[in-house]
Amino acid sequence: MKTDTRIDKRFAKLRNERRKALVTFVTAGDPDYDTSLKIISGLPGAGADVIEIGMPFSDPMADGPPIQASGLRALKAGQNMIKTLQLVRDVRKSDADTPIVLMGYYNPIYVYGNERFLDDAVAAGVDGLIVVDVPPEADDELCVPAIARGLNFIRLATPTTDDKRLPAVLKNTSGFVYYVSITGITGAGSAKATDVGRQVARIKKSTDLPVAIGFGVKTPEQAKELASHGDAVVVGSALVTKIAESLDKDGKPTATTASGVLQLVQSLSGALKS
Amino acid sequence: MATTADVKLNSYRTGPDDKGFFGMFGGRFVAETLMPLILELERAYEDAKADPTFQAEIDHLNLHYAGRPSPLYFAERMTNELGGAKIYFKRDELNHTGSHKINNCLGQILLARRMGKTRIIAETGAGQHGVAVATVCAKYGLPCEIYMGALDVERQAPNVARMRLLNAKLNPVTAGAGTLKDAMNEALRDWVTNVTDTYYLIGTAAGPHPYPAMVRDFQSIIGKETREQMIAAEGRVPDTLVACIGGGSNAIGLFHPFLDDKGTAIYGVEAGGHGLDVENGHAASMNGGSPGVLHGNRTYLLQDSDGQILEGHSISAGLDYPGVGPEHSWLKDAGRVTYVSITDKEALDALQFCTRMEGIIPALEPSHALAHVMKLAPTLPKDNLLVMNLCGRGDKDLFTVAKALGMKI
Repeated sequence: MKTDTRIDKRFAKLRNERRKALVTFVTAGDPDYDTSLKIISGLPGAGADVIEIGMPFSDPMADGPPIQASGLRALKAGQNMIKTLQLVRDVRKSDADTPIVLMGYYNPIYVYGNERFLDDAVAAGVDGLIVVDVPPEADDELCVPAIARGLNFIRLATPTTDDKRLPAVLKNTSGFVYYVSITGITGAGSAKATDVGRQVARIKKSTDLPVAIGFGVKTPEQAKELASHGDAVVVGSALVTKIAESLDKDGKPTATTASGVLQLVQSLSGALKS
Repeated sequence: MATTADVKLNSYRTGPDDKGFFGMFGGRFVAETLMPLILELERAYEDAKADPTFQAEIDHLNLHYAGRPSPLYFAERMTNELGGAKIYFKRDELNHTGSHKINNCLGQILLARRMGKTRIIAETGAGQHGVAVATVCAKYGLPCEIYMGALDVERQAPNVARMRLLNAKLNPVTAGAGTLKDAMNEALRDWVTNVTDTYYLIGTAAGPHPYPAMVRDFQSIIGKETREQMIAAEGRVPDTLVACIGGGSNAIGLFHPFLDDKGTAIYGVEAGGHGLDVENGHAASMNGGSPGVLHGNRTYLLQDSDGQILEGHSISAGLDYPGVGPEHSWLKDAGRVTYVSITDKEALDALQFCTRMEGIIPALEPSHALAHVMKLAPTLPKDNLLVMNLCGRGDKDLFTVAKALGMKI
């Protein structure tokens, strides 16, 4: 599906510059609102091309321990959907161009109210959505109304998405395709690059959309290697792990919490440019 | 989206639709990695249903392995004491492994074998489903891993020992509050990781389509037998049905064959814990929750105003699940089934009453249904035929009950 959003513009620009995109994931409100705002506002400067912000959920069924813990830290610090949308508005005060994608699970959106959520997300400056547990079979509920408001609805394709199913997955997808490089939860193993290359080539045969590769990317070297097979790499678990490691014994942020994450983003970005 | 309550239905037994919905409830809300798997499962189940040898195999196992049909027992002393409806127990606690859970496990293990799956995973709360899964896996020589909340591992020691004896690998789950919902999250994470060889044997009539319909079908043997047995005993179908609801598999198994019997009043009994007015102090998702999406289906959930799931509480480890099977949510909104709740204390009192009146120690789960029977029966005429599903035996709960009653074991 063809659209003209901040995401599309960003990928077009990168294509012209023959660069691969770095897509970063952190959870809204991890470890608290102010630190999270500081981290996310610093991401574009550190080299993030697309920002994914996790909407915390008590039961993140597709996520591994690092992102589970990240979401629980945020919830414990009082994060909720209203504050997550506020966070986007606050980030937009200092950055008008970097694409922002909200990522999470359906229930907090459903309870907030689908229409209300989409309206508020657009107004806040959100460009795209990834909702892990809303498959194409349920497009009428959230995906179609999101598209009607000019949002990109970004879908995950996985190693189990066979050729028969791929057209259904791609049908209403826009912005980019998120290729999950392993079967499993976020942050688990690392994908074998040969499989990834073959799988991404398979997806590219069916779509002109950029393909971002994620799940299990930990180091700058891995990021560079995986990016060579697609248009972007997604790094999430490694970033929230960096946050976790920086906290004091009471779970409070320290002087290195924001700077540590941003340094890691810089080194990932540097690797993609090298 | 039209709600089911707006429409006068000719039948309550036709759901789900081809997308797995009962009205607005149910569906398939899972990550993309799992979508091809549940579509494959749906096809495999449709094939199996159309194959007479599959049903014949289940019938054979029910008769020779599970010990079905379970008796329909007239609880005479309880009836006389309560002075109203004629009370019958459907004795599913007499099944092999001690509860109705075996009905579903036999069906699903045969399906897993047909699909060529070589590894079985499951979640369990009270451990009754875990024991039933471990049992059928032992019978067919399949490796089996059970996810169980760490708190439940602690409070259900006898079932933990049984599972280990049956050679199941038990994985205590410490995430969240360490109860059933957390165990289900971990089982889903396992499935998403081991997609080719693993069969996820869900224990209740919840989860993504086709599980709610499939588990209901396997459990419907309870209601089918009840119908035949009641007609043989009294010459007509029951007037009143009562069953407890956690996820709701025993209840839907009893209810489903009677949904179109207009004269039959149906009651589902949720776990009221410390009381519905105590925040996060109960597990009554329909009476004290709101619709949401969890574990692959839309249904009533215990949740806060931000859509974060609450743990819930019940003295019964088999009922403290924050959701409920989607067909129950639909039957509630359609007005076909009346859902009520019973507190921990009322359930404990009912357990003791039943034990003393009938010489049967029920599990804490059906003790909730019994407690409602104790309220309801005296208000009904003496010719009202009431069936309560006694879906599990109380042996597993002795430690919990003794502790609650201040007895030393």
